[in-house]
Amino acid sequence: MIKFLVQRTLGMIVTMFFVSIMVFIIMELPPGDYAERWAFRKFSGTGAQITQADLDNIRANFGLDRPAPERYFKWISNIVLHGDFGEAFAFQTSVNNVIGQKIWLTLAILFSTLIVTYIISIPVGMYAAVRRNSLEDYALTVFSYLGFALPNFLLALILLYISITYFDTSVGGLFSPDYADAPWSMDKALDLLSHLVVPAIILAWSATAFQLQTVRATMLDELNTLSVTAARARGVPEWKLLLKYPARLAINPVVSTIGFDANRIFSELPIVALVLGLPELGQLLLKSYLDLDMFVAGAILLILTFMIVFMNFLSDIFLAILDPRVKLIEG
Amino acid sequence: MTTTDLSHTPLSQEESEEAQRYFSASQFQLIWWRFRKRRLAQTGALILLVLAFVGLFAEFFNPYGGTTRISDAILVSPQIPRFCNDAGCTLRPFVPGVVSKRNEETLRMETVMDPSVRRDIYFFVKGEPYKLLGFIEMDTHLFGLKEGAINLFGTDSMGRDLFSRLLLATRTSLSIGIVGVIIAFVLALIIGGIAGYFGGWTDYAIQRLTEIVRVVPVIPLYMGLAAAFPKEWSSTQVYFAMTLILALVGWPTLARRIRGKLLSLRGEDYVIAARLSGAGSSRIIGRHLLPAFMSYIIVDLVISFPYMLLSETALSFIGLGLRPPTVSWGVLLQDAQTVRAIEQAPWLFIPALFVVVAVLSFTVLGDGLRDAADPYQVSD
Amino acid sequence: MENIKEKTDDNLLEVKNLKISFKTDEGIITAVDGVNFTVKHGETLGIVGESGSGKSVSTWSIMRLLPKNSIIDKKSSIRFRKKDGKVVDITKLKARSKELRKIRGGEVALIFQEPMSSFSPVYTIGNQISEAVLQHRDVSKEEAQEIAIDMLDRVGIANPRQRFKQYPFELSGGMRQRAMIAVALSMNPALLIADEPTTSLDVTIQAQILELMNELQEELGMAIIFITHNLGVIAQVADKIEVMYLGKILERGTTKDIIQNPQHPYTQALLKAIPRLDHIGERLNAISGDIPSPLSRPTGCPFYTRCEKVIPGICDVKMPNPTKLSDTHTVYCFLYEEKNV
Repeated sequence: MIKFLVQRTLGMIVTMFFVSIMVFIIMELPPGDYAERWAFRKFSGTGAQITQADLDNIRANFGLDRPAPERYFKWISNIVLHGDFGEAFAFQTSVNNVIGQKIWLTLAILFSTLIVTYIISIPVGMYAAVRRNSLEDYALTVFSYLGFALPNFLLALILLYISITYFDTSVGGLFSPDYADAPWSMDKALDLLSHLVVPAIILAWSATAFQLQTVRATMLDELNTLSVTAARARGVPEWKLLLKYPARLAINPVVSTIGFDANRIFSELPIVALVLGLPELGQLLLKSYLDLDMFVAGAILLILTFMIVFMNFLSDIFLAILDPRVKLIEG
Repeated sequence: MTTTDLSHTPLSQEESEEAQRYFSASQFQLIWWRFRKRRLAQTGALILLVLAFVGLFAEFFNPYGGTTRISDAILVSPQIPRFCNDAGCTLRPFVPGVVSKRNEETLRMETVMDPSVRRDIYFFVKGEPYKLLGFIEMDTHLFGLKEGAINLFGTDSMGRDLFSRLLLATRTSLSIGIVGVIIAFVLALIIGGIAGYFGGWTDYAIQRLTEIVRVVPVIPLYMGLAAAFPKEWSSTQVYFAMTLILALVGWPTLARRIRGKLLSLRGEDYVIAARLSGAGSSRIIGRHLLPAFMSYIIVDLVISFPYMLLSETALSFIGLGLRPPTVSWGVLLQDAQTVRAIEQAPWLFIPALFVVVAVLSFTVLGDGLRDAADPYQVSD
Repeated sequence: MENIKEKTDDNLLEVKNLKISFKTDEGIITAVDGVNFTVKHGETLGIVGESGSGKSVSTWSIMRLLPKNSIIDKKSSIRFRKKDGKVVDITKLKARSKELRKIRGGEVALIFQEPMSSFSPVYTIGNQISEAVLQHRDVSKEEAQEIAIDMLDRVGIANPRQRFKQYPFELSGGMRQRAMIAVALSMNPALLIADEPTTSLDVTIQAQILELMNELQEELGMAIIFITHNLGVIAQVADKIEVMYLGKILERGTTKDIIQNPQHPYTQALLKAIPRLDHIGERLNAISGDIPSPLSRPTGCPFYTRCEKVIPGICDVKMPNPTKLSDTHTVYCFLYEEKNV
């Protein structure tokens, strides 16, 4: 098990290294350089004239005159060694300050979405498999198709529209106005929790549809295995049998795709966040892309990807615990 | 050990003919027969064909151009053609006229229907000149009015006809998906082919690379690449850059699936049997691998299509994708970004319906094709 | 262990008019048609047939293990004498009833052809044996574990305490089949159904397993229904044999009757198809033709399409009646029916 953990940790570090290079390339992509954008932000509207010399000065200040590999190593080593993500020029402060609390809100959204996804998809998928070809089963297939075809952000818009026209309340935001700027307290946490439900359901929409089909398919396969018949031949009661044998195995593909689900959720998050007005990393990412505030964008892309890689790591460990065969293969 | 002796098996003449036909059918015939049994997939295919056809000849089906502003017709609600009004019924369909009025409460200018005015719809009318398929100069439109304006799906806040824009958007959205899928496929074939051909370290490196691309969340990655478009790029340049990005981010999934399928096919009994009986590589590839593979690839392309479509819609929706004057479903939905906009003009949400219907059609078609293409699967 | 054999001479199991069909997309397929057989306490019945003969289907129905699309005909009966002396008709029990659950394992146990896939891969061997014990005996978890380890020891598994904690994939094929037998016998059944228990094993291990089953039967006194396609295997274990083909019984008799004096052309052909050490160099006589698809079941005697002695106009019209050759030996064939007429 220790060997397994070490292997997976090393794999995670290697992946993150390559991801960081890719993120750095994306940060470098936009036309013009950081100095120009910084100067534009700082001096636009002040009437000051910026000369080429000024720009060169700024470049030297930020080390932008250095070659790209050197800048990459400075950027990544600051992150790894000091946890410093650089400066967010659009906000005139450090990236860490801008991102800070939003990491926790993003994690809260991720986990509540995952929980909603699994709470619905696992039991319902199993039920559909047991009641195969029933009316409920067909209804769920239709839902799965819709879950894929109706993008989450459109669902968000529809729900917003319904809630405003018919219930006269807004489901947007993560905090009630009273709590938005208040310090953290029990009440504020509860307020957050109640506001998380709707975004979680919206973000879980397509992930649930997908996992539902996975669970149903695996469960169907497992229901027909000889080991289930063998257990039935031992006189094990039907419900106990279903839970102990096929259900246990039908969870495996779900567990092995936790990272994939996290990826899907983060992929949909920026747009849903825009529609719902959620103050988290996805929305900030979108804003920083539009502002070309690439240090913020790079930091967020890196953090989101790290969360996904970490979820992959967790899913490997869970799977090894759940299925004894995995350890055998991995050694 | 046992010899097959069909003559003893009591099959009727008809049955055995059916069986003969079945056993001697080519793979594509088999797929086609299976596909014909799947009503849902056929419906999907039909809808897509209609969408593609209407999109291709959008200028003809449109009463107006995509950027034509109809004066006084800001945020007109959809006009539904009818045959009857208070004055009685006619065979010729017509729409009610539209008048501008100031709302007494909000003091805003609003357009409302005037049922007393009757605007007859004529077919094959002369209207704005256009170039069909980009080169045939024409000015005949499928339908139109002689006086006033017809807005089947209403107009937007700039007074442009949503129906016309939607048909043009259909063409853009479908074509960007098709081009994107093709580029992704070519990339996947080249890179997957290199990995498969050289094997060893090259294969390993490419495997790791695709894994790394796959771990980054897709839309944020798209966004990062799309943010890099220079602001001064024309909408055509952005269009091609978009397809390229969609393909760049889309290929690893395809490459992975192609590689996996190839590897598993290589180990199939019938391929091994062919090799053992002395068939050369080219015969094995041409006669055994490719046919089994082609159907799989086609299915895979159909299935990956909706991803492209949804990604384009999502990116354009938030303003990082296609830019006006290009219209796509995502660009049209930008107008419906806020609840306030939808409350004011719910018809601006109609493009969403097209997105959902198109993706649904692709999904059921893909599923149907996949089931039909699997020659060893017993239908259940 | 009580020896039931001496308590009563009555039949343990009486299967009458067993007819089983399956609802499929292609229509209703009849897999077993009008099968009768009986099993006495402590005896071994062998059922022989090729794949598709309905031998597994008819025995699985004794435990009602067939899939949901199966239909057992209303006129069929499977009468089983329970340990408490009461006789039940298993076909009339409710699918989810407690009574059926008690019979499964507690009265009738089943071992399968595939020892690998009949164990769940994610639970230890011990877990799955204990589960069986706990289901049918009123014991604590610790006691169940001891019973399980004792049973593993009895079926000849070395280091039973260590094996108890291992997963199925950590055991060899022969060992897994021994473990499967341990699961079945730990529930103390009166009837053990062995569905091709040795087919997937090497010949040497096959012999060991057969010997083990003979030993355990002597020791525990349960009756066995042994299903196989191999007449050579069955000769070593069975007291009496039923020969099945395409859902019907074609010949029935003691092992001696069937092996030394086969009468039905199908039984004769089956015997000729067994490779023999004293006939090395001769060609094996395979039965020509395939088993017809159950969808296009032949009318009349099911074997006529492949029979060398087929009588045209008779065999393909109706099923022959049973012909009693001796007290123990019965054959369903027109060749013999004619002589009697």
